[in-house]
Amino acid sequence: MALTSRNARTGGVSVSGQALRPDVNGTRRERLTALAFVAPALLGFTVFYFWPTLRGLYYSLTEFDFFSPPRFVGLDNYAALFSDAIFWNAMKVTVQYVVINIGTQTVLALLLAVLLHRLTRSIVVRSIVLLPYLISNVVVALVFYWMLDAQIGITNQALTFLGLDAVPFFGSQDWAIPTIAFINTWRHLGYTALLLFAGMLMIPGDVYEAGRVDGASEWKMFWRITLPLLRPILALVLVITVIGSFQAFDTVAVTTAGGPGDATRVIQYYIFDLAFQRYQYGYASAVSVVLFLILAVVAFVQLRLMRADESDVA
Amino acid sequence: MATTATTFDEAVAVSKPTGGARRGRPNPGRVLAWTALGLIMAATLFPFYWMLRTAFSNGAYLATEPANLLPVETTWGAFERVLGLATTEEAQAQAGSGASVSIFRALLNSVLVASLITAGQVFFGAMAAYAFSRLRWPGRNTVFFIFLTALMVPPIFTQLPNFLLMRDLGLLSSYTAIVLPFFFMTPFAIFFLRQFFLGIPREVEEAARLDGAGAVGRFFRVILPMASGPLVTLTILQYIQAWGEYLWPLLVASDRDHRVLTVALAVFRSQTPQGAPDWAGLMAATLLAALPVVILFAVFSRKIVNSIGFSGIK
Repeated sequence: MALTSRNARTGGVSVSGQALRPDVNGTRRERLTALAFVAPALLGFTVFYFWPTLRGLYYSLTEFDFFSPPRFVGLDNYAALFSDAIFWNAMKVTVQYVVINIGTQTVLALLLAVLLHRLTRSIVVRSIVLLPYLISNVVVALVFYWMLDAQIGITNQALTFLGLDAVPFFGSQDWAIPTIAFINTWRHLGYTALLLFAGMLMIPGDVYEAGRVDGASEWKMFWRITLPLLRPILALVLVITVIGSFQAFDTVAVTTAGGPGDATRVIQYYIFDLAFQRYQYGYASAVSVVLFLILAVVAFVQLRLMRADESDVA
Repeated sequence: MATTATTFDEAVAVSKPTGGARRGRPNPGRVLAWTALGLIMAATLFPFYWMLRTAFSNGAYLATEPANLLPVETTWGAFERVLGLATTEEAQAQAGSGASVSIFRALLNSVLVASLITAGQVFFGAMAAYAFSRLRWPGRNTVFFIFLTALMVPPIFTQLPNFLLMRDLGLLSSYTAIVLPFFFMTPFAIFFLRQFFLGIPREVEEAARLDGAGAVGRFFRVILPMASGPLVTLTILQYIQAWGEYLWPLLVASDRDHRVLTVALAVFRSQTPQGAPDWAGLMAATLLAALPVVILFAVFSRKIVNSIGFSGIK
């Protein structure tokens, strides 16, 4: 982005905000205009992001049931976490969910992205695979709740037709988490594939030409060219999807509500449950701080993997 | 983080299937690849078909032919039932619960709430993006960076205190409570639009300035019209997002009058926790909930699909 010349009229338009220019701070009039333009966003940020973050941290140090004022208890909530079996179960279940979901989703999305990349540029095909991502979680959950119904769901009808046993998808402790992970894989597959596909488009076509001239097979080109060159994007996509998966809620809330037993009480559902069904608001806040920390670690790993690309951020 | 939607669009436009992928002769590998792509697309589309098939079935007979791939006793009944157009007797004859679910009301609520949220986010986002990209003021990049950190805070963390804020303001069970936290600020909208505003040539705005237009005039008469493409894309993305939101509206406004569609659908599903749910009615309702997004998508699929390479890299 070119810079305005030094002798441009004061308040001349500049774009990229390069530092160390004499007029970088604009005229007084321009500063006031800028303030007016950011004011609504600043208001929204302060009231609904910044202030609640401070408040949430404070509530995590209190005992608070909504009805009487919060009572400061220091780190008691965090200490209680260590001996809370439901919390540890929620962590276990969440990690199971994340692993299954990310595993199937990444492998299938890579496959789909390669198919798109090597076969077709059709916008119709890409639209179809993206469609599930645009439908709300609740709708997706309900459709699968019906299709996977133990008795008259089409999936079990097909299984029995093939001579297999019907599966109690939502009713069994062993099946519930894989089922919910699968539903979310269905919803996010196309989206993830399109992100990877976008990354593949950045790989120069002549690399493949060269590979072909050398007689490399598609299989070999995938392992030797696509996958290595895609690694940064793949890392980024993985982190985005892991962060998303840790916050699974909607599908659980609509289908199993945490059951059977505690089999699908994922961490975010546990927070919701604690705050709004058991009225342990302070304790719920502490669990959400822990979730926050887990996601921060994931984001930190992301920054490391991306080598802290700051050019767009700062 | 380096890519922008423009470069992504360009990448799609200039990138050709490499290595003769498109004109390649049919060989076993390509047949296999197309088969795999076909299977993925079929798996993507089948749940939508099943929604349709069930919605047009007569609920009373659904269990008798669960494996029938066509609607069972085809009827509009399920739609009339969920929209409140059928009498109680008619509804019960088709295995409806007879209880009114006010899907029509929820549909209107969703339209209202999603429209307000989107309008606020896009307009205030554009204002902030303008200040961050084209006006000079001290602290500009610092404030922008702080805004971006809001992307990393898990929603549940701010939603717990925000719920209390709404309660303390006496706003629970109102449209205001659903809309307000999303209305002024979303880091993604600001980030998305800033990228485009940075790319608009300085000279264009300079010409308007020489004609005597102030910052407000240039924003409305130069910048917004030039960014109409990205503005439309952002509007669609945010609308779809707001339309699918579940947890927040559930927390602050789950009463009958203010429920949005996602909440109403979950209530509808939980009305029959043990007995046979009104599957036909439920699928008719989910179809109505999915329809606006599917229509938006049919009209704007190219914009949406091309923006994915960008939005994922937020």
